[in-house]
Amino acid sequence: MSAPIIKIDGISKSFGTFKVLDGLSMQVMPGEKLALIGPSGSGKTTILRILMTLERIDSGHIQVDGEHLYHMERNGRLLTADERHLAKMRQKIGMVFQLFNLFPHKCVIDNVTLAPMLTKGVPRAAAEKRAMELLDMVGMVDKAKAMPAQLSGGQKQRVAIARALALSPKIMLFDEVTSALDPELVDEVLNVMRKLAAETDMTMLLVTHEMGFAHDFADRVLFFDRGRIVEEGKPDEIFRHPKQERTQGFLKKIIAAGHRV
Amino acid sequence: MTQWSGYFGLILQGALVTIELTLMGSVLALVMAFLAGLGRLSRFFVLRALATAYIEFFRGTSIFVQLFWAYFVLPFAGISLTPLQAGVLALGLNVGAYAAEVVRGAIKSIGREQYEACTALNLGRWQAMRHIILPQALLVMLPTFGNNAIELLKATAVVSLISLADLTFQAQVVRSQTGNTLVPFSTILVIYFVLALLISWGVRSLERRMARGLDGVRV
Repeated sequence: MSAPIIKIDGISKSFGTFKVLDGLSMQVMPGEKLALIGPSGSGKTTILRILMTLERIDSGHIQVDGEHLYHMERNGRLLTADERHLAKMRQKIGMVFQLFNLFPHKCVIDNVTLAPMLTKGVPRAAAEKRAMELLDMVGMVDKAKAMPAQLSGGQKQRVAIARALALSPKIMLFDEVTSALDPELVDEVLNVMRKLAAETDMTMLLVTHEMGFAHDFADRVLFFDRGRIVEEGKPDEIFRHPKQERTQGFLKKIIAAGHRV
Repeated sequence: MTQWSGYFGLILQGALVTIELTLMGSVLALVMAFLAGLGRLSRFFVLRALATAYIEFFRGTSIFVQLFWAYFVLPFAGISLTPLQAGVLALGLNVGAYAAEVVRGAIKSIGREQYEACTALNLGRWQAMRHIILPQALLVMLPTFGNNAIELLKATAVVSLISLADLTFQAQVVRSQTGNTLVPFSTILVIYFVLALLISWGVRSLERRMARGLDGVRV
């Protein structure tokens, strides 16, 4: 039994008076594919944003890959992490956003090569070679010179995935990556993620409303409500035989709304 | 007729001085705009305070007074400037203060999601600013920069008061020598207008070139 790659220990987070996360603890094993589901405002996206250091925690501890995320040890004491420590920790983590967040003034391949060249000093030629491999994997090689504005939503999201992968993170966070897409474009993105899961041993955390995909994709599903994990288990247990009333209610609503399970 | 052509020569010389002032003043204004605009967004209180003080002071006092200060008062502090240097300094600092707010506003107009993508890709603050935020913000700044440059062009007329032989100065020379106001001042009116048109046109073509391939950005 190896050590967890993510260890979240009693974290809380409030936005104003609204407590998004309330003493949450969870662990993720290396290579695990985790789906986070639950009603909006339940805190699932906030967890991804906290792991990506886009939001700070109010209290609690997080360890990623054996190191504190928001703290650093100096002479045996735990201090609040400085920017340099955060930068080191961010190397382990990549994120794909709901609205793609591509850089609109850079062409596809420049979107992918920018961070490796700037943050890791990868020479342009090597960065472009790697970018083309990644674009090939997401099926976007022929659009390498296109500008983001020329792409469909699904294509943008596939580029965004390649861009995050270019930094070779150990952990990938997917924040509702298909929610902003037209229905007919959802599958092309999900297919890329399936391929990614099959071909790599990356740890993947997925916030999604695609219950069918979560069922097939995830090793484990966490159901969130009001900043806490209400229920967790294998996809079959959660989707077919949910034990908690709130999980049952949520799934019933989702199915009624036309989502496949 | 020959008399008039000599006067036209004077006015053209004045036009060159005005153009020189406008170009040099704009360069200084641009530098000050970015220094103060970025300064106002700095994490460091001292930089924010310095930038704010600069902007408020130069926006809040008249260009006329600033120019007289630069030319007539600074010599008492041991700094003697030529009329051209004083003109460039006053114009650049004055318009730079307005343009600094343009820089700040444009940077703030870039959506949070771009900053978040930079964080997720582990870009440093300055890397994000230089490669992602500023190139996009520049496009937002450009139209207003065009306005600022035209303001600066028109403000160059005040330097005639410290005897720099710009367009307005030469028009006055012609007026006092010929007693005719209509011809010299109509001529410089047209020249100012044409120069302003050139600036508008230049900025607009720059915008078009920079906006190529982008959408969702105001053009």
